[in-house]
Amino acid sequence: MAQAMCLIDTSRCIGCRACQAACKQWNQLPAEKTTFTGSYENPPRFSSNTWCRVAFREHGDNGRVDWLMSKQGCMHCADAACMQACPAGAIYRSAFGTVNIDEVKCIGCNYCVVACPFGVVGFDRRTNKARKCTFCIDRLENGLEPACAAACPTRSIAFGDSADMLSEAMVRVDRQRAGGNVKARVYGHDEVGGTGMLYVLADEPEKYGLPADPEVSLQTRVWDVIFKPVRVIVIVAAVFGLWVTRSRTRKIEQAKSGSK
Amino acid sequence: MTNHWNDYQHSDVIMAIGSNTAENHPISMKWIGRARGRKGAKLICVDPRYCRTAAVSDLYVPIRPGTNIAYLGGLINYILQNERYHKEYVEHYTNASFLINEKFSLDKATGVFTGIEDDPVRNCKRYDRTGKVRQYPDDWQYQTDEKGNILKDPTLKSPRCSFQLLKKHYAEYTIDNVSSIIGAPTDVLEESYRLYSSTGQAGKAGNILYAMGITQFTHGAQNTRAIAIVQLLLGNMGICGGGVNAQRGQSNVQGATDMAMLYHIIPGYNPTPDERFHATLSEYLADTTPAKNWWSNRPKYIVSLLKAFYGDNASAANEFGYQWLPKLDGLDHSHIPAYKYMRDGEVEGLICVADNPLVGGSSSRAKLDYQKNLKWLVSIDVVENETASFWKGPGMNAADIDTEVFILPAAFSYEREGEKANSGRWIQWMWKCQDPPGNAKSDLWIVNEMFKKLQELYRAEGGAVPEQITMMNWDYDGPNGEIDIVKVCREINGYRVNDGTLVTNFVGLQDDGSTACGNWLYSGYYNNLENPATKKRIREREGLGFHKDWSFAWPLNRRIVYNRASCDPQGKPWNPDAPVIWWDEVQGRWVGNDVPDIPGAWSFEYATENPFIMLPEGVGRLFSIGYQGVGALIDGPFPTHYEPADSPVPNLLYPQATYNPVSQRFYEDHTVETDEERRRYPHIATTYRLVEHYQSGSVTRNQPWLVEMMPEMFVEISEEHAQELGVNNGDMLIVESKRLYKGGQQGYIEAKACVTRRIRPLRINGELKHVVGMPFHWGFMGMSKGASANDLTPSVGDPNTTIPEYKAFLCNVRRA
Repeated sequence: MAQAMCLIDTSRCIGCRACQAACKQWNQLPAEKTTFTGSYENPPRFSSNTWCRVAFREHGDNGRVDWLMSKQGCMHCADAACMQACPAGAIYRSAFGTVNIDEVKCIGCNYCVVACPFGVVGFDRRTNKARKCTFCIDRLENGLEPACAAACPTRSIAFGDSADMLSEAMVRVDRQRAGGNVKARVYGHDEVGGTGMLYVLADEPEKYGLPADPEVSLQTRVWDVIFKPVRVIVIVAAVFGLWVTRSRTRKIEQAKSGSK
Repeated sequence: MTNHWNDYQHSDVIMAIGSNTAENHPISMKWIGRARGRKGAKLICVDPRYCRTAAVSDLYVPIRPGTNIAYLGGLINYILQNERYHKEYVEHYTNASFLINEKFSLDKATGVFTGIEDDPVRNCKRYDRTGKVRQYPDDWQYQTDEKGNILKDPTLKSPRCSFQLLKKHYAEYTIDNVSSIIGAPTDVLEESYRLYSSTGQAGKAGNILYAMGITQFTHGAQNTRAIAIVQLLLGNMGICGGGVNAQRGQSNVQGATDMAMLYHIIPGYNPTPDERFHATLSEYLADTTPAKNWWSNRPKYIVSLLKAFYGDNASAANEFGYQWLPKLDGLDHSHIPAYKYMRDGEVEGLICVADNPLVGGSSSRAKLDYQKNLKWLVSIDVVENETASFWKGPGMNAADIDTEVFILPAAFSYEREGEKANSGRWIQWMWKCQDPPGNAKSDLWIVNEMFKKLQELYRAEGGAVPEQITMMNWDYDGPNGEIDIVKVCREINGYRVNDGTLVTNFVGLQDDGSTACGNWLYSGYYNNLENPATKKRIREREGLGFHKDWSFAWPLNRRIVYNRASCDPQGKPWNPDAPVIWWDEVQGRWVGNDVPDIPGAWSFEYATENPFIMLPEGVGRLFSIGYQGVGALIDGPFPTHYEPADSPVPNLLYPQATYNPVSQRFYEDHTVETDEERRRYPHIATTYRLVEHYQSGSVTRNQPWLVEMMPEMFVEISEEHAQELGVNNGDMLIVESKRLYKGGQQGYIEAKACVTRRIRPLRINGELKHVVGMPFHWGFMGMSKGASANDLTPSVGDPNTTIPEYKAFLCNVRRA
């Protein structure tokens, strides 16, 4: 297959958390200690041990209530901020088009964590590694769909080839608009160059807690385009500078001890 | 359910009432999703709060907990007044035309029917004149001619016909009245009625799915009856996408009720004999066997059951062991009174099999005390649950408690093999995946060893009525100290006594003692040992989703029951696009996609007049009473709106009505009856489930990934209510109810507030009332501990089933 893609149709999400549980179970991620703070969302944010969360957002006015629910996690962006931010070349694009972190190469600098416009990258302080959704690449390599898609009882999360998922997304949006929901839209087609997790949202992205206009920040771009290529020179220069100052310091000390 | 899960894909309109189906039966949403995608089906959600099902529904109707009959009665009224019913179906397939005794009526002041009298044994009222199982007041009977034939008016115009009486009964359930009772806006209410009743045409299918949200009330069974009336009026019984669809709450609770875990029935939904009226087998059979239609076969099933129970000890000479069968004594022996008998020292031992009453039972805090009177308690479970740990529960002093507690570790469902019956009546075999850990054993092994030991002790030492145990045929051992499950399956399926050969199905069962069968309904599911139907796993690749070669659906592998009604009186399907069965003129027989619900010997004419084969009348009951040995609900022929036992307001329709007059009052001073108490407990409370946790939480509150999702007990209140209380999201709340008021002291539970827009105050009889909702999954044991919502709930129940009124009571809420 060319580009793996999940189509996440939020109008079908029933908030059953099967995806959240399946991700934990397949990847054997330990449970976090959580407390009830007044929302069904738990854990409250992504982390090195929480790669898939179901969002629950209440909206509405004048007596109407809307309760929006959907799976959220790494978007596997085509224009991936994390890849551009990583100075160690630890984040790569797989043959399936997914964005994956090579934990061996990861130097624990946290740049990817900060750069991600969706805030999905977690950092494990014990091992000093960044971790996030892998798109179940181990399953993809064995002809299986990601654990979240396999678990979803309503096919709110569907998995397939990007061309198929994209055309299906358009069909879903048209059907919802024809049914009276004019706010239905695709999300992840134009954004960040296109995402491996393509959404059909029943409402505006901000209502789900998703950034309205996610983009790779200017700092990340500058870092990626200008500073990263020269980082080797910078490191060599820094090391050289340290070497120079240390030798000079030694000479000064030798001179001091000499001139008593 | 009358239909099955996959069948939902054929519905045009689906009403989820008393069922948060997206949360508690997520897979239902897969099939509802199919109906929406392929047919543009609409989903209506009727629920006290905007739950996860409401979030994905097309129309949400808020409803005050405990007022489902008002809602459904309003729907019945709307259907009748606007003539939205399926006329031909109602005329031919229901008892709409049957004339009822002139004296039958309803007292509008009290909401009770003619024939009510005191019931001193149950401390309430009753209708059956003698208390006999199948006797109902004469005033309720069908009018008959001298030969006993029922008098009918096919034009449905006579004021005494069932149809007109139905219309009269629900005339007051107008949109305005219903809106006032349940708190839903009139436009939303009317739209739900309009939308749902659009399925009253041939070719359209309306599906009503329900669960505990309509059954757990003092009028719970009548709620289900109301659904049945709606579906009969709209012609939704027996067709694809229709049905009265009870969504069962455990993977094998259908099996549990089929096998008569409830005390008032014996396997296969036969009534338990009553010692007061059924001194002999022939008296029992005479009282419960109609001359016509399928229950006329009851003697074959009862005698075969007795042969299964007592084996060679049962013969025609000793009424097949009938005298050894335990009998009813007129008292209630269900969950609620069992704990009262415990309190009073009359019950000294308790065996809890996969049961946790201290969290899942009503008035659970009181149960902590009552269990102190037990001499012994056995808990067969996968964890050390609250019930088994009552002696170290909150406020308990182990030194004062003499109960001997035994915990028998049980295997999980995938650590043993066996069959399970799902909501669709599919009996599916489950294979074992792994061995249970340590000393854990399958329930089957535990029961087998326990009973063998009991028999041994009774044989050696005698007892009160030893034959009840010693005369049982008990032979299920396998090699190596294990149990041979095939022996159990053979017995359930049924076999010929002389040579042990398996019967093909229940048609082969006899009433002369030549056959034995543990459950006539299941007969056929294991009728050959090489490839029993229950183990078949052939998926249908194209068609309507009947999956006839995937497991065995009782009865006889029929997937949609009463399917004669899926065709018009000429035998043509109402919906040619989704035909269940049809009459083949050439072959002169019924053919189709499902097993016809028509006995082979019946003529076309007889089948057309008797689509509801289990009833002696043969047609669906709009007006429902016990008739010729087949019973009905004991609290009235028509569902009637009664307030819940803890009621915030007087009954709008019947001003002097109490809560269900036929529901037994077990405890003194237990429910909110006075205006002063209504001021103390002003808010309407309900309990429910979360998808993340299961039942009493004994398993799920020990599962880290689930505890991570839902770590703590909480109470949901509206934003308006939170503002009045001065409470923010996540603050601690105190919730009180009358059940925790003892000796002048008000007890309470404490839990975090979840302030939400999904609950709104409801305008009831003109006044704004707050609704308070809470999940009931928490208890004092486990990885995640928390307050038990059931400490607050009342121990009163439905008169037919005694299911407790968990879902509508009154409470007070304040900041902690």
